[in-house]
Amino acid sequence: MADAIPTPLDAGPTREARRRVRSKRGPLAYVLRTVVVLYLFFLVVWPVSVVVQRAFAPTDGKPGGVGPLWERLTDPAAIYAFNLTLTISFWAVVINTIFGVGISLLLVRHRFPGRRALSVLIDLPMSVSPVVIGLALVLTYSTSLGIFGDVMQATGLRIINSTPGLIMATAFVSLPLVIREVVPVLEEVGEDSETAAKSLGANGWQTFWRITLPTIKWAVVYGVVLSAARAIGEYGAVRIVSRGAEFNGETATLLIQNEYQAFNEAAAYAAAFVLVVLAVLALVVVTVIRPQESHRS
Amino acid sequence: MSIEIEGVNKFFGDFAALTDINLTIPTGQLTALLGPSGGGKSTLLRVIAGLEEADSGRVTIEGNDATALPVQKRNVGFVFQHYAAFKHLSVRRNIAFGLEIRKRPKAEIAAKVEELLELVHLTQWGDRKPAQLSGGQRQRMALARALAIEPTVLLLDEPFGALDAKVRKELRDWLRRLHDEVHVTTVFVTHDQEEALEVADQIVVINDGKIEQIGSPDDLYDRPASEFVLSFLGPVTRLGGNLIRPHDIEISRYEQAATASGSITRWTRVGFEVRLEVTPEDALHPEPVQVALTRTEARALDLHVGDRVWLRPAVGAQSVNA
Repeated sequence: MADAIPTPLDAGPTREARRRVRSKRGPLAYVLRTVVVLYLFFLVVWPVSVVVQRAFAPTDGKPGGVGPLWERLTDPAAIYAFNLTLTISFWAVVINTIFGVGISLLLVRHRFPGRRALSVLIDLPMSVSPVVIGLALVLTYSTSLGIFGDVMQATGLRIINSTPGLIMATAFVSLPLVIREVVPVLEEVGEDSETAAKSLGANGWQTFWRITLPTIKWAVVYGVVLSAARAIGEYGAVRIVSRGAEFNGETATLLIQNEYQAFNEAAAYAAAFVLVVLAVLALVVVTVIRPQESHRS
Repeated sequence: MSIEIEGVNKFFGDFAALTDINLTIPTGQLTALLGPSGGGKSTLLRVIAGLEEADSGRVTIEGNDATALPVQKRNVGFVFQHYAAFKHLSVRRNIAFGLEIRKRPKAEIAAKVEELLELVHLTQWGDRKPAQLSGGQRQRMALARALAIEPTVLLLDEPFGALDAKVRKELRDWLRRLHDEVHVTTVFVTHDQEEALEVADQIVVINDGKIEQIGSPDDLYDRPASEFVLSFLGPVTRLGGNLIRPHDIEISRYEQAATASGSITRWTRVGFEVRLEVTPEDALHPEPVQVALTRTEARALDLHVGDRVWLRPAVGAQSVNA
């Protein structure tokens, strides 16, 4: 048999073509490159590096270095704030991953009236200001203003000014991230292998665990990392739904703002430094995943 | 017995994909569903598989009413045009999939997989991922995967459509030999009449959601029931008001009792074949007639462009009055 003959399907987008584009050189290319590098430097690299530098520098007569930084971060208020941020982010990511994969499957594998509307609706959290989202949640779920206020007052269930509200707000703003990663992959791989699994006797659940999930695995991981980064850094929606006081709904981002305004800049820089490190970590993970993803398909 | 399809109708919105299909597919044979794209042949295959639900009618597989059975319960092997390989699993695990789902003992699965790897000549590729195989190999893997569950029927949807011409030809021969070995009732969809004529025991010609004709390859080729079947199964031309195959026309440089006469206006050489276009002098049928003959014949007759020739149907040639 013609084992060695590759089919046209094997070819894929030619690597040579991509290389040709990249290696196009000229004075304009260098000018553009310089502009982009300078733009990124002044907008991103410099300000962020200043934060990092300040985190280690002596501030307001307080000593600098790793030891004092560690001390500021292990302050009970800081520990509470990071703990709260991580708890909120964890649950928001869990919720968004489960619903995200479910909604993605619904959007790609099923045709139903209102499908396009749902697809647009999912992007809403991306375009609406997080502050508005926070306000909307307060108006709906608070015990005093909320539509269900009486019910919640009666049952003693509290959402606003408590952790569930924070999780809701965070889940809301990071809702599209998993979906927007998974949907294109599901669309690209098509339905054939799932249909094949079914024809071989697999039920819906088996097909999902054995075929669909391994196929979208990297897209899900990518979406989870993005969601986590977004959740950890969320400020606007959280500001509205949380009391935001020390040991009382103060997340890491709120801590930074509060400490900074209280002229306790050293603590603010320390917490900001941790957020920068987490963001960089997320970027590293994402960069490691990306090549694997393109290799797989 | 085997597959009985009775009064099947299928609509996609307003579009009638299948209209009142009645068909018996005999056990142990290789049946081709042949027809143009969009004619409904793939839909019929998917209705048999249970991937598509018919709007009305019944499907019976080996005496069991399968109309309401989901695809998982029909025990059919389905092979897709684009392989539908499980990309994250090795060739071995791909083939084992159906058996793992059926929770067969490990040793039994391993033995069965080895047997199938040998059958499809992929023994040394068992630990590879599908992405490391060629298209032909992937399709053989897909076939082994479908055969692993010992299906009642094997259904192939344009199985060689994505392959290049040479691999396609090889796989076609191989499928025929495989079928002689395994004897599972097989239905395959194709739009390639040559593929159908070469491989199938029985051909079902489907067009516009209706069955045009059912028969053996020889039946269809020699006794087409309609103009559509005649023209779909091979080239046709018009000689004196009748449709006839270009190679069924006798051509002569000498005056004789003929249906038409005229001069050779075009000469196309394709490999061993010479295709001529003869423009008749007949005022009633002035459109050019296509004639096909071998290079050897053309040389023996000493034919050239511009020569006056006489044409008549060869003895035993089939033609349809149209």
